[in-house]
Amino acid sequence: MNNLLNKKVSVLDLIRNNSVPLMFILICAIFIPLSGFSGSYLLNEIMTRLGRNAFLILSLLIPIMAGMGLNFGMTLGAMAGEIGLILVADWQIWGIPGLILAAIISIPISILLGLMCGKLLNRAKGREMITSYIISFFVNGLYQLVVLYMMGPIIPIAHNTLKLPRGYGIRNTVSLLPMRQSIDNALAIYVGGVKIPVLTLIIIALACLFIIWFRKTKLGQDMRAVGQDMEVARDAGINVERTRIISMVISTVFAGFGMIIYLQNLGNFPTYSAHTNVGMFCIAALLVGGASVEKASIGNVFLGVILFHTMFIVAPSAGTKIAGDSMIGEYFRVFVSYAVITVALVMYEAKKRKSQSLMGQMLAQAQKDEEGKAE
Amino acid sequence: MGKQITTSLGNKTRFRQLVDSFGLPRIIITGFLLLLFISAPIVGADFATQLTNTINRFSWNAVLVLAMVPMIHSGCGLNFGLPLGIVSGLLGATLSIELGFTGAMSFVMAIVISTPFALLFGGGYGWLLNKIKGGEMMIATYVGFSAVSFMCMMWLLLPYHSPTMVWGFAGTGLRTVISLEGFYDQLLANFLKIDLSSIGINLVIPTGSLLVFALLALAMWAFLHTKTGTAMTAVGSNPAFAKAAGINVDKMRLISVIMSTWLGAVGILIYEQGFGFIQLYMGPFWMALPAVSAILIGGASVNKASIPNVIIGTFLFQGIVTMTPTVMNSAFHMDMSEVIRVIVSQGMILYALTRKTEGGR
Repeated sequence: MNNLLNKKVSVLDLIRNNSVPLMFILICAIFIPLSGFSGSYLLNEIMTRLGRNAFLILSLLIPIMAGMGLNFGMTLGAMAGEIGLILVADWQIWGIPGLILAAIISIPISILLGLMCGKLLNRAKGREMITSYIISFFVNGLYQLVVLYMMGPIIPIAHNTLKLPRGYGIRNTVSLLPMRQSIDNALAIYVGGVKIPVLTLIIIALACLFIIWFRKTKLGQDMRAVGQDMEVARDAGINVERTRIISMVISTVFAGFGMIIYLQNLGNFPTYSAHTNVGMFCIAALLVGGASVEKASIGNVFLGVILFHTMFIVAPSAGTKIAGDSMIGEYFRVFVSYAVITVALVMYEAKKRKSQSLMGQMLAQAQKDEEGKAE
Repeated sequence: MGKQITTSLGNKTRFRQLVDSFGLPRIIITGFLLLLFISAPIVGADFATQLTNTINRFSWNAVLVLAMVPMIHSGCGLNFGLPLGIVSGLLGATLSIELGFTGAMSFVMAIVISTPFALLFGGGYGWLLNKIKGGEMMIATYVGFSAVSFMCMMWLLLPYHSPTMVWGFAGTGLRTVISLEGFYDQLLANFLKIDLSSIGINLVIPTGSLLVFALLALAMWAFLHTKTGTAMTAVGSNPAFAKAAGINVDKMRLISVIMSTWLGAVGILIYEQGFGFIQLYMGPFWMALPAVSAILIGGASVNKASIPNVIIGTFLFQGIVTMTPTVMNSAFHMDMSEVIRVIVSQGMILYALTRKTEGGR
């Protein structure tokens, strides 16, 4: 009897702890039949999007480990990756060598931006998320300054196909057609009509292995300690500020690589808006996978990509079936992305407050006990 | 020798004091705007026209910036959730037209109808923010985004029928932009309007809009000096002390959030009457950020704001927004205004968020 009760409670807990993924499984279960897509089409789309997005989302894991919350500043890395791709496209180095070169170019820019972001976030402890969010807007302004005004006169751009007609600045769209899906196609295999981009998956697996290894290193352990409690970590002799900056730098560099993988899949990108929504969608996907602001695993990344993007694929046509208007579905998926992030943030803050007040109560109880003993 | 050192030190500290009290970014922004005003006639832009544009835009935006004040006072931080108030204002605006009001009456009714929505949404929003003290700003941002994207669906689904607002061919679903001609376009701006173009100066002052703002600002100032207002400020500056003094902290915060939301609703209606159009769907999405950076440019911080901050900040921000394109274009034939606007406004928010002295809340 007691055992049964325990089991019931644990099932309830399981549901409560995974409410967001379960809700999404439900949404997908309703929308997939409504959308009328075939299974192979859906699988193909999900596979494509898994290869496209997983690396970007992995870049979010390390700042979460360091207790800095969801890194809205991953957009910085995305911009660094884009600058690398623009330069490579101008030098006309295509294919995998071009992508590797773009990644190499993005590294110093990412490190620089990551350092800046980390330093600023150290000045805004306790509100890292809103600050990193504003940093992403601020750096977007700097990105426009560089790409729209400095590319041409200061940073040499040789080809007129890239430049705006006025002679400086980059056109609104950068075409990467000669290197489109060059990683995806390199070792692709087809299983029942579903294309599996093996090389992309290997790169993603390597990133996962790096994260697993990194967690076990001294630095990774320090980072977790900082994430648990900054003061305790400081007392233990960990350089808290430095550790936090390093976590931001790694995340930004990863996001740069992730953006290059993302864009080689798409084959072209809008120069000034490709990065604006990347942070939001990656964070929403991670949260849909069951992550929270303070805890995220590699499993969350993959579950999140699959569930979130299934919803993304089927929502417009399902919306057409339900409301007779495809725009409803479009707005619905945007709303769901925002709502998921809102709910996750609310749950995180509420939990934080609850544990704080619990600690306060415990302290008060301890004091009372002490007084009782004294009498 | 020793004296020399002390004087130079004295000068330095005096300069530091000025910088500390006013803030370096604020000095740079003020200097930049002054430079724009001085260089405007040199590069051939008409000074009076520029001033008119700035004042005009000031009158559109000032109330939205004023909406920041109550929440900053009660310690809820910068109201990144302003779109929630804007959405209530938009509901009032569209319903007032749907119900067949025209002219000045449609403006009054828009405010009347949006009020219950603002109270309701603001109440829910305030309740939520009381649950998550300490993390208000990030959640406020996403509450705003969720509200706007939710209303995107509603604008399509709600049974609006007024032919001035719905898509012509489908007969349902609101248009993205609705003209206010025949409703309350320029209603306040034309009230007691001062127009000097008859004597050769291109200066037009929308007196009515400025008066309404002055009235609301005065009311806000008076409210902050009432018992409730001072209690609210106490909650913001030291919640523990306020609680000890017997102030109901949660209630004060709730009131401030509702006030902020209602001012957001009224603010967007005043913005619309100046602009002449209702912008639905993604229109309100980014409206919080300019208002936030305006009040920060005016000298407010994350937990301190006053009415002068609102006035100075809105003027400086809108001045830069309107002046940069014209001056830059005529000086360099290069429009960098968008980039400058982004860097200035976001940089200002960033500066406020990362100030160490006020970070320890």
